[in-house]
Amino acid sequence: MSATLFLEQGLNGLQFGLMLFLLAAGLTLVFGIMDMINLAHGSLYMVGAYLMASFVQATGSFWLALPLALAATGVVGALLELTLLRRLYARDHLTQVLATFAIILIANEAVRLVWGSQPILLNAPPSLTGPVTLPGGMQYASYRLLIIGVGVAVAVLLYFLVAKTRVGMLVRAGASNREMARAMGVDIGRLFTGVFALGAALCALAGAMLGPILAVQVGMGENILILAFVVIVIGGIGSIRGALVGSLLVGIVDTGGRAFLPLLFGTFLPPQMASAAGPAIASVLIYLLMAVVLYFRPQGLFPARG
Amino acid sequence: MSRVLPIFLLLAAFPLAMQAMDGLFYVSLASRMLIYAIAATSLNLALGYGGMVSFGHAAFFGAGAYTVGILAAEGVTSLWLAWPAAVTVAALAALFIGAVSLRTRGVYFIMITLAFAQMVYYLFVSLKTYGGEDGLALRGRSDPGFGLSLSGDLAWYYVVLALFGSLAYGLHRLAGSRFGRAIEAIRENSARAEAIGFPVYRYQLACFVISGAAAGLAGALIANQSSYVSPSLLHWIQSGTLMIMVILGGVGTLWGGALGALALLGLEHLIADYQIGWLARLAPNYQDHAGLAVGAVLLAVVLAAPRGLVGMFARRKSA
Amino acid sequence: MKRFAGLATALLLACNAQAADQLKIGFLSTLSGPAGGIGVEIRDGFNLALKLAGGKLGGMPTEVVIADDTLNPDTGRQLAERMLRRDRVNLMTGIVFSNVMLAVWPTLQQAKVFYVAPNATPTAITGKGCSPYFFSASWPNEAHHEAAGEFANSKGFKNAFLIAPNYPAGKDALTGFKRMYKGAIVSETYSKLNQLDYSAELAQMRAAHPDAVYAFLPGGMGINFIKQFVAAGLSKDTQLIVPGFASDQDVVRAVGDPMLGLFDTSQWAYDLDNDANRRFVNEFEKEYRRIPTLYAEQGYTAALIIDQAVRDAKGKVEDEKAFHAALMKAPERAKTPRGKWKEAANGTPIQDYYVRALVKDRQGRIVNRKIATILHDHRDYWAKDCPMK
Repeated sequence: MSATLFLEQGLNGLQFGLMLFLLAAGLTLVFGIMDMINLAHGSLYMVGAYLMASFVQATGSFWLALPLALAATGVVGALLELTLLRRLYARDHLTQVLATFAIILIANEAVRLVWGSQPILLNAPPSLTGPVTLPGGMQYASYRLLIIGVGVAVAVLLYFLVAKTRVGMLVRAGASNREMARAMGVDIGRLFTGVFALGAALCALAGAMLGPILAVQVGMGENILILAFVVIVIGGIGSIRGALVGSLLVGIVDTGGRAFLPLLFGTFLPPQMASAAGPAIASVLIYLLMAVVLYFRPQGLFPARG
Repeated sequence: MSRVLPIFLLLAAFPLAMQAMDGLFYVSLASRMLIYAIAATSLNLALGYGGMVSFGHAAFFGAGAYTVGILAAEGVTSLWLAWPAAVTVAALAALFIGAVSLRTRGVYFIMITLAFAQMVYYLFVSLKTYGGEDGLALRGRSDPGFGLSLSGDLAWYYVVLALFGSLAYGLHRLAGSRFGRAIEAIRENSARAEAIGFPVYRYQLACFVISGAAAGLAGALIANQSSYVSPSLLHWIQSGTLMIMVILGGVGTLWGGALGALALLGLEHLIADYQIGWLARLAPNYQDHAGLAVGAVLLAVVLAAPRGLVGMFARRKSA
Repeated sequence: MKRFAGLATALLLACNAQAADQLKIGFLSTLSGPAGGIGVEIRDGFNLALKLAGGKLGGMPTEVVIADDTLNPDTGRQLAERMLRRDRVNLMTGIVFSNVMLAVWPTLQQAKVFYVAPNATPTAITGKGCSPYFFSASWPNEAHHEAAGEFANSKGFKNAFLIAPNYPAGKDALTGFKRMYKGAIVSETYSKLNQLDYSAELAQMRAAHPDAVYAFLPGGMGINFIKQFVAAGLSKDTQLIVPGFASDQDVVRAVGDPMLGLFDTSQWAYDLDNDANRRFVNEFEKEYRRIPTLYAEQGYTAALIIDQAVRDAKGKVEDEKAFHAALMKAPERAKTPRGKWKEAANGTPIQDYYVRALVKDRQGRIVNRKIATILHDHRDYWAKDCPMK
């Protein structure tokens, strides 16, 4: 096993983790501030990817389409919040599960109606379809480097927003103690809609960035949703910092596991078995990680609730 | 009880009517729905009565199914060995998972049960000898011995119906017993229950294990129903579907699980299989988009019927 | 519950009147999800043949019941059961994926209904487990991969890195390649079925420096793999060889120019020189406004085979012996786009396999042009295990 293999898998893990962060950030805020389990978060990710693909087709440019897709998905998110999700804040978690699950079904069908049931094409911008040579001579897909760059930029921006601005302070107050924040005069309604729209835009960013690598297809949200939940539980509900640390942990463990466990098993198992056991055990590692974290820190690594 | 009897008589007469009309396929369909009714009812015990939101019940369902499947693959097809084994395996799994998970609360409990279920799922996916991701076909249904056979649709339906009835009766008695009422008290306010002197953890664990065991029985039945087991029985979406059935039907009610299962599966089948003429003229492909209708119905139930379908029926009866 | 029973009863009575003398074909396929495009291609090819035959196969009015297994073996089983028991189909076809095929097969066998395979032809059903009810109109699972192995030999590649999804056809694929290929196997890697991100496997490929990479990744999996392979810069040093499934028009539409220079193997090419093929390609482009893939050809040919066999058996689909004999002779009698081919006793085709290359045609479209015939009258390796001779 060479150094380049480790480096490349490390970058892969970073890339995956940062994209998970985009999803987890929105999810943790919604859960932390509004105390709402939103299973439809994955659907916003899917809608974002589809809108991106359509805008790219319409404008012919990846870079033009991106802000359009983010804005459009943010609007979708805000509308969803204003019409449906608002009614769920007061209800219990189980009801929220049922309602947002229904939204997943409706969203999947709506997407199928508008775009058809085949996966649609979303390609990386032509300038980024090839590799870059990293210092040290190794080649890496330039588009994946872009993803890493975008992820880091968003993390920094979010940190700035949450830690250094007034809006961020309101968000943290709401996450920490909603009733108190309301009592202090914060317009909770607008704050909620804003937070939800922001979460939706982040989902769209993840969907748009990952679309060229994965496939833009109906149901793409469900797979990544469960990982996002694991991330926010590990990180601590309501905490952006927790979401970042959690997603990096999950990203690296998952990628490293998928990459190296089959190799490890291949030394003493036949190829088909090694290839089946490897990814399976790698997936289990994530849940094991969560169980271990919860054992030592039952509220996650950086709980927001005071 | 008096409301229930005519319904059970109808359920018993149903397959005979279907046989007369050459519709045995529907008997098979009905058996499948009843099996899911059992599974959902088992979850309702833990979730509804016990207040333990288990997002990993598919693990017990699937473990029961795979016990039957693996035993069959190894040549053990006797019903009297396979089914109790399935229940035992599921109960042990519930004991282990419950023992660890019940030390947590709220959303963390939900996530831990999910985590364990996913681990069990991936365990079975990696078992290439027993089919792995592609699943395992059984050569036939479990053998009841005495020269009898469960391969006929009618016989199978009655066995499933009998088990469902027994389970419902069992739940009814359990809910009314001291244990049952203690569980509900714990669900309402576990701190107070503890203060009164109930061994909260032990009662919850017992409830969880019984619930898991019943799910295991449902699993054994589903393995027999299709003569096929696959890891998808253990996936978190399966757990989610069971939860949806319970919530839809009515959390913490006797018939909530069954009603939810029948409603969800029935709705899916009705839309996919039976074309409504005027709707088809309006929207020719509407049957391909069954999810829209199912989602809309679920949403409507959530917004209009806070206590699920059972709540709807109960209200109507009293009006 | 009462209401449901009543509704079901009423509708059942209404549906029970069924025309005799009608051919009812159950088309169970994967029509959605990452690999859904394959089922759609097969369906479109099948429907085109049906349309050109005026809606009648073998002279009998034909109804096709279509269902989507969503690449889920359990769903496939349930749908097959429904088609057989409720819809009373007398023929089945359509299955794309081998894991669904193997899950559905016991149900089909029990029902004693003939199945014409437009795609998946797993070795488990063509070797020891062969059956007169199984007729493949496509190819034995290992064929394209054997052709590719032979091609890799002809190009002098000394070592190869193999990758396929971890399911029966994936295993068949790499087994077939290894049977013919004489060079060294650097790695035999199985990815997850429907896996979309190949960064881990690509990193291993980079570290291994093979002469060639052989990748069996059908549908959406292939689209992603090829895009990522080129993006990672691996296409410069390593020749990518794929079976025709991973580089036909569906993938071309998705990936585009990065695919030029790829080689693949297939039982059919759009530029095969015979009248039936010219008609097929022209009609398909007219009807669907796109170039057909090998999947579309398989669906089209399956329909032609059914048409010929039903005609030759004079409509008696239930007469097992007569219909089986008619099916066996059908490839030689029907005019299929592949030209002349035969069916072996174990229900698999004996035919030629070609090497194709991704090039631009005169109109600037990227197409799979036939370069050479690499295997002639090639038989299924596992026919030797089949007791039927």
